[in-house]
Amino acid sequence: MRPDEASALRDEPNCSHNAGLKSGCARPQPGATQGGCAFDGARNALLPIADVAHLVHGPIGCAGSSWDGRGSRSSGATLYRVGMTTDLSEMDVIMGRGEKRLFHAIRQAIETYRPAAVFVYATCVPALHGDDYVAVAKAAQARWGVPVVPVDCAGFYGNKNFGNRIAGDVMLRHVIGTSEPDPPPPAAIRPGITTHDVNLIGEWNIGGEFWSVAPLFDELGLRILCTFTGDARFREVQTMHRAEANMVVCSKAMIRVAQALRERFATPFFEGGFYGVAPTSAALRGFASVLGDPALAGRTEAVIAREEAAVETAIAPLRPKLEGRRVLIFAGGHKSWSLVAAMQNLGMNVVATGTEKSTEEDKDRIRELMGPQAHMIADNDQTSLLRSFDEHRADILIAGDRYIYPALKARVPFLDVDHVRSIGYAGYAGAIELARNLAVTLHSPVWQHARTAPRWARHAA
Amino acid sequence: MAEIVPSEKPLAVNPLKVSQPVGASLAFLGLAQAMPLEHGARGCTSFNKLFFMRHFQEPIALQTTAMDQIAAVIGADGNVVEALRTIADTNAPEVIGLITTALSETQGADIPRTVRAFRERHPEHDHISIVAVSASDTLGCLETGFAASVEAIIAALVPASLSTIRRPRQVNVLAASMLSPGDIETIREWIETFGLQPVVLPDLGDSLDGHMIESGFSTLTYGGTRRAAITAMGESIATLVIGPSLARAADLLHERTGVPDHRFASLTGVEACDAFTQTLSDIARRPVPARLERHRAQLIDAMVDCHFQIGGARIAIAADADLLEAAIRFLPGAGAEVVAAVASARTRLLAELPVDRVVVGDLEDLENLARDAGADLLIANSHATDLAARLGIPLLRAGFPLSDMYGGHARCQVGYRGSRQMLFDIANLLAARQRAVPPYRSLYWQGTPREREATATAPAGVAQ
Repeated sequence: MRPDEASALRDEPNCSHNAGLKSGCARPQPGATQGGCAFDGARNALLPIADVAHLVHGPIGCAGSSWDGRGSRSSGATLYRVGMTTDLSEMDVIMGRGEKRLFHAIRQAIETYRPAAVFVYATCVPALHGDDYVAVAKAAQARWGVPVVPVDCAGFYGNKNFGNRIAGDVMLRHVIGTSEPDPPPPAAIRPGITTHDVNLIGEWNIGGEFWSVAPLFDELGLRILCTFTGDARFREVQTMHRAEANMVVCSKAMIRVAQALRERFATPFFEGGFYGVAPTSAALRGFASVLGDPALAGRTEAVIAREEAAVETAIAPLRPKLEGRRVLIFAGGHKSWSLVAAMQNLGMNVVATGTEKSTEEDKDRIRELMGPQAHMIADNDQTSLLRSFDEHRADILIAGDRYIYPALKARVPFLDVDHVRSIGYAGYAGAIELARNLAVTLHSPVWQHARTAPRWARHAA
Repeated sequence: MAEIVPSEKPLAVNPLKVSQPVGASLAFLGLAQAMPLEHGARGCTSFNKLFFMRHFQEPIALQTTAMDQIAAVIGADGNVVEALRTIADTNAPEVIGLITTALSETQGADIPRTVRAFRERHPEHDHISIVAVSASDTLGCLETGFAASVEAIIAALVPASLSTIRRPRQVNVLAASMLSPGDIETIREWIETFGLQPVVLPDLGDSLDGHMIESGFSTLTYGGTRRAAITAMGESIATLVIGPSLARAADLLHERTGVPDHRFASLTGVEACDAFTQTLSDIARRPVPARLERHRAQLIDAMVDCHFQIGGARIAIAADADLLEAAIRFLPGAGAEVVAAVASARTRLLAELPVDRVVVGDLEDLENLARDAGADLLIANSHATDLAARLGIPLLRAGFPLSDMYGGHARCQVGYRGSRQMLFDIANLLAARQRAVPPYRSLYWQGTPREREATATAPAGVAQ
């Protein structure tokens, strides 16, 4: 990747903080860095496209320990769950056989699995020794007539967020706009309900959580052309340019996709999320407002009233177990504030929130929710995070999966909100599940066991 | 305190209960050079032998008095004497367990008198111990039959003399039927860690652990508690009683020998394990070894790691009372909730269990209770396989029989490590099922290739 391409990807002209130092772009501190690389981010962003062969071009280190770790679920196609890598050997690297190997790897993937497309993720080693994977992809596509998309995402380019940006950029360049959507099926047309085509950008369908929300879209007459990329298909990504409205879910990294679609196709977009009752309702209202359809707005309010009442009924018995409990949240980006709102709605006391991958806008939202003195934690070191937990006398830590075992070792109650978890927390149903799991963890008897020494040890002490 | 709900159905559907004679015979299978002899029709023993063979994957020493219709009507004393003589002549065991069945009990067999008749007629077999046990099928269950045999073995083989401690490093272990051979091996090692030598009665861990022997096939047991060791139980420093069902047997042993005893409801879960470890440390006057401390720390770690999965899990259990109690006391400590408890037979202690209700019933009761309660997991014997499938929830196999799996008898669910493994097993079974959001298929997909895609199943978890 050329330096100008890289800096173009980091540029956010619509962001009021573009000129200043951006926290998402901070240089990692060697010896004290957690979190994934650009390859991790790029593949994570695209992997949920279920009918694509996701081929990692690199030695086994890149795919070998990471290929089966995504919690995104598919309603049908399962090819995305097949791990594919060129598994470059020492001889491939020394003798420069990487390109040839990649070419035949693509052939094998196509012949064996008949994918809708092949995505080739180029990692550090081929980037370093100069494989021309773009040319290989082009040749392979010409030879077998299946789209082969090169994703230039060497890990050393940057962090996971940067990889997300690369992924979006590649889709914009190579995939979006290359096919037209089918007309809505007549059987789905209902009298009095205008069908609007929309996209969700940055919705990953973790643990199938979007399936709790998707029926509401159908009910309201919102046809989702593409959930980018949870439970998506290659063809759907191709048709994204025809949406009437886009929603950017949860991910600042993917906002460039929405911006580009607005620039090129004049598609309006808004940002939001599905974690929590209020954000879910706001998201549904967002579509009604952006689409400017008063009938839709009326139906939306009715659906929201119905769903919110159902959630309140389900959560009421859990409230006494949650109210007043002290929560420390350490989740990146959008979740750094959307989870604050969700916890506050449950009556919990958010004592601090992490801002590792948060933008300045995210931080502004945190201040709105937690007040100007909101305690924000930028340091992602596990030891200092646990120290913060103690300092704030928190009852539970909510963070991504890489913090889970350090937290549990420290006997800290924990709730996992990472992308690899298999429990869905999105939408109205997810809000109930979240409250339920919070109550389970907070009140689990295992903490008592973990903190009690056996009699013989007490006597010895 | 639990309300005991007796089953009032005229029909037992998918029985949970296994008969007393099976349990009574099982206890003798834990004695060395032993042969259980069931006093009943040949079919009783044939079924029971097959039952054990499937469970243990081992040849089983088990004989029958083979009552026929004439014996059933005019008296079967002759059958008993002849069976005892035949076994004594051909197999030369140290111990014969003479176990009644519903048939002989109903007939009114007077076993002690028949044994006296055998002794009078065959003094050449005086060195063979004959332990008579009354174990009608019409009462109790496997566990109570097993306990009756243990009591009878003590009555017959442990001399009544309040002895002084002659073996200060020897401890007696009375091991209930809920303990598998794998469990008993673990308990033995646990005790030996403290420099103590256990005499386990009965020692299924030595006889039915499944091991090859030099001489190949044996008509008698392949190991177990030696008669001489049972005779010397009065010389031990302490008795450890594992399983509430052995209370009467323990009372008798204490009455006979005066050896102080320590009673444990189960050895599963950190509290139960701590209590046992502490007792061993006190008896041996030795500190708790570092290795056990490590195993304890591993269990705590596993409890914490698994609590997301197990926390709030709704579990339905059907088992004999001891195992039921062990599970009911263990699972809530890991965060699970016991939403249905079915016992195979009524026992004195069921009412003291910390659940609202214990139904004395069958696997149909379990199925209905589990369905009504929205259970996430079943714990029951292999017979529950089909009903678990009907309910669409996983089954953790426990109890008798474990007939559709390998190594059920070798599984260990006691001790810090056994408890840990049980937690892992439960968590894996629950993970395989996950409270997954079912795939949603949009109505806008009609007529598109997506409509024709097969529904993806959730990724398979590690089933057990």
